[in-house]
Amino acid sequence: MTSPLRAAEEVIVYSARNEQLIKPLFDAYTKETGTRIKFITDKEGPLLERLKAEGEHTPADLLITVDAGNLWRAAEEGLLKPIHSKVLQENIPAHLRDPENRWFGLSVRARTIVYNTQKVKPSDLSTYEDLADSKWKGRLCLRTSKKVYNQSLVAMMISEHGEPKTEQIIKSWVGNLATDVFSDDTQVMKAIAAGQCDVGIVNTYYYGRLLVKEPTLPLALFWPNQNGSGVHVNISGAGITKHAKHEQAALKLLEWLSSQKAQNLFSDTDMEYPANPKIAPDKWVASWGSFKQNLINVSKAGELQDEAVKLMDRAGYK
Amino acid sequence: MMKPYVLKVPFERGVSFFQRAFLDRWQVATLSIAGLVLTPLGVVLFSVFSETNDVWLHFVQTSLVTLLANTFWLLLGVGVGTTFLGVSLAWLTAACDFPGRKWLDWALMLPLSLPPYVVAFVGIGLLDFTGPVQTQLRSWLGAEPLWFPKIRSTGGVIAVMTLTLYPYVYMLARNAFLTQGRRAIEAAQSLGQGRLRGFLHVALPMARPWIAGGLALVLMETLADFGTVSIFNYDTFTTAIYKAWFGLFSLSAAAQLASLLVLIVFIVLLIEQRSRSRRRFSHAGRSSVADRIPLRGGRGWLAFAYAISVLGIAFIIPVGQLSVWAFGVFQQDFDLRYLSFLGHSVFLGGAAALLTCAGALILVSANRLRNDLMTRTAVRVATLGYALPGSVLAVGIFIPLIWIDKQMIEWIQTLFGIEIGFILNGTLAAMLLAYLIRFLAVAHGAVDSAMNRITPSLDETARCLGVSGVPLLRRVYLPMLRGGLLTAALLVFVDVMKEMPITLMTRPFGWDTLSVRIFEMTSEGQWERAALPAVALVLAGFIPILLLSRYSNREP
Repeated sequence: MTSPLRAAEEVIVYSARNEQLIKPLFDAYTKETGTRIKFITDKEGPLLERLKAEGEHTPADLLITVDAGNLWRAAEEGLLKPIHSKVLQENIPAHLRDPENRWFGLSVRARTIVYNTQKVKPSDLSTYEDLADSKWKGRLCLRTSKKVYNQSLVAMMISEHGEPKTEQIIKSWVGNLATDVFSDDTQVMKAIAAGQCDVGIVNTYYYGRLLVKEPTLPLALFWPNQNGSGVHVNISGAGITKHAKHEQAALKLLEWLSSQKAQNLFSDTDMEYPANPKIAPDKWVASWGSFKQNLINVSKAGELQDEAVKLMDRAGYK
Repeated sequence: MMKPYVLKVPFERGVSFFQRAFLDRWQVATLSIAGLVLTPLGVVLFSVFSETNDVWLHFVQTSLVTLLANTFWLLLGVGVGTTFLGVSLAWLTAACDFPGRKWLDWALMLPLSLPPYVVAFVGIGLLDFTGPVQTQLRSWLGAEPLWFPKIRSTGGVIAVMTLTLYPYVYMLARNAFLTQGRRAIEAAQSLGQGRLRGFLHVALPMARPWIAGGLALVLMETLADFGTVSIFNYDTFTTAIYKAWFGLFSLSAAAQLASLLVLIVFIVLLIEQRSRSRRRFSHAGRSSVADRIPLRGGRGWLAFAYAISVLGIAFIIPVGQLSVWAFGVFQQDFDLRYLSFLGHSVFLGGAAALLTCAGALILVSANRLRNDLMTRTAVRVATLGYALPGSVLAVGIFIPLIWIDKQMIEWIQTLFGIEIGFILNGTLAAMLLAYLIRFLAVAHGAVDSAMNRITPSLDETARCLGVSGVPLLRRVYLPMLRGGLLTAALLVFVDVMKEMPITLMTRPFGWDTLSVRIFEMTSEGQWERAALPAVALVLAGFIPILLLSRYSNREP
């Protein structure tokens, strides 16, 4: 058997982050280092089952997902291994990574309040909890509780307020709804812009994508809970699989993903916020203003997700 | 009531002692195919005995009644809707003549190439409060219209699913009417019956197995659907399965719910088959294209208006909207990779169509030649894969595949001391196997109905002439099953191109398809960017649909 003198390095990635959002990064990395990257995309649930079934024979080195809950779950199920990397520890703040270093956030997704600028003054708004107030009766639009972003938001509320109070808030949200919940954030914003309702909760990059296409829509973002715990953030992130065959190469890629150049690419392609606080967000994203993030570790979202789902069911939040 | 018809088949010469004592080759083939399908179902069903947790209790306490009621109304609505549209359109195009019939005949199959969840999104996009229709109405009226049908509602889901799924019934019923309908009507008329009575009392009952076959596919598809109902945020049994899995982190609870689903489908299919086995359906003789019932004047135009409005709502409007979107993102998104997405989709659809047709042919022939309880049950089991939600089935297929791979890896390691990677997993073979398991029901429905049409006296004649077994299949059945096989191949081809969960889970690295592309764009709600691959899917489905209509109009 012959082997090339210096085999090109290779990393195999399972990704729940869409192809159009990761491929540009992988291409850039390959160009810079010569490392080839093979990847497959799927939803988080099937990807985790796949990793579990493949066990020690899995070809995957790196798992990339959106939502901290999914990373937390992958770690809980023993699919990821602890990573000792000074670079990652320095680049990624503590609340955006696993306390045991099995995964690291790479971009931040802020879930905030969006409102109709013709009908709502920013001074009317204050917190997520305030949307339960009766002054919003018939004026609120929400996305379905089945989306993990809402499950995480409610999970964080449970960790702050406890279950009974959170359930009360969610029930009142549901009571304030102007129409049935929508299946995605863009529909929520369009409904607010069209006057079907006045206020809602969305991830900021959906706002960015919509406004780029239709800049005249009367919509603006509001950063809630600034006098309290801060805006709810989630992450997309990655961890090295327990049975990675190219562990070192995967680690190098992961470290690179937290570096300046990649952070810009990583967050800019989807108008998200860089996880590395030393990197400034894209100009257009920066124009939405700066805000205080909720610093509770995002892994809480995973721990409390099933409580959140059940709570929302009980509260009648479809 | 006629007695069930059972073929008594003498043992063929040349059958080995082993086969005679145990199972013959038809039974072995049928059981093997049933085993293939049963394995993933078994993996899922087995979870019934695994850990029990409070997920069930939670569903019972909060949402079970709603879920069951929603699922029931959806099945009822889509069942009635697709039967009505499918049967009426099939009758018009197959047995009557009216302006535009020639091209409507094949054009009415086109909605098949559109994934239902894409139509769902287009429908909501157009008709919801923020859509162009209501927006325009508001600007004309200066206020909200007093009443506008609510698109995000039970009626809305039923409408979308009916419009995208009716071709299953249409294609099979059309096949039935083409060959026997008019002849039957003529017979009825010669006995002094009117056309309508002839249709209701003769043609319709005679086409029942075809209609039931199409309807069974529609209902299984409806039960397994996740995409459409989640866009409407309409909670069904399937959404509960996904919620248990993704939201509550319990694949076992999800699998338990899924098992219940499979059990219900199995019972329904058995009942349907029992009721059918007491009847005989066969060819009512040759009829020529010339003797279609002419619909003249106003009635002809009425028929045209009806057919064209169904086509318009189910196909032209959605594709029009998709084209507008696709045009908008074309420059940004289109690149040469689309050629490979298209190539992969067409290749997978074609290969899966061949494979499932072969499988269906074996099942149908075995059922005819060895009509015993074991074979009948095995055939039923072999068509259950279609009823499971895609992702659940994908996991059920993946786990045993990996298990086999692991055994082989260890075996080779101990024997030869070399380490190898997966042999099956991540190959096209595994992928095609998964498609076979999922879509066997689709092919079987069409081929089985065609087999029903072959009169048993033909078997007897053939046997008198010394033709039986495989030669009987090749020389007698196969030519007569051509129409059914073509229908089956087209249905599977288009279904595989639209399929997502199995494609996502089992594709080899780099084997992205148009549906994978749609997934990438829709999973973050970028519907307009999903329009480009969706339009490409429609184009890829166009040619086979044209070919099919060409061939199936040539009468056997």
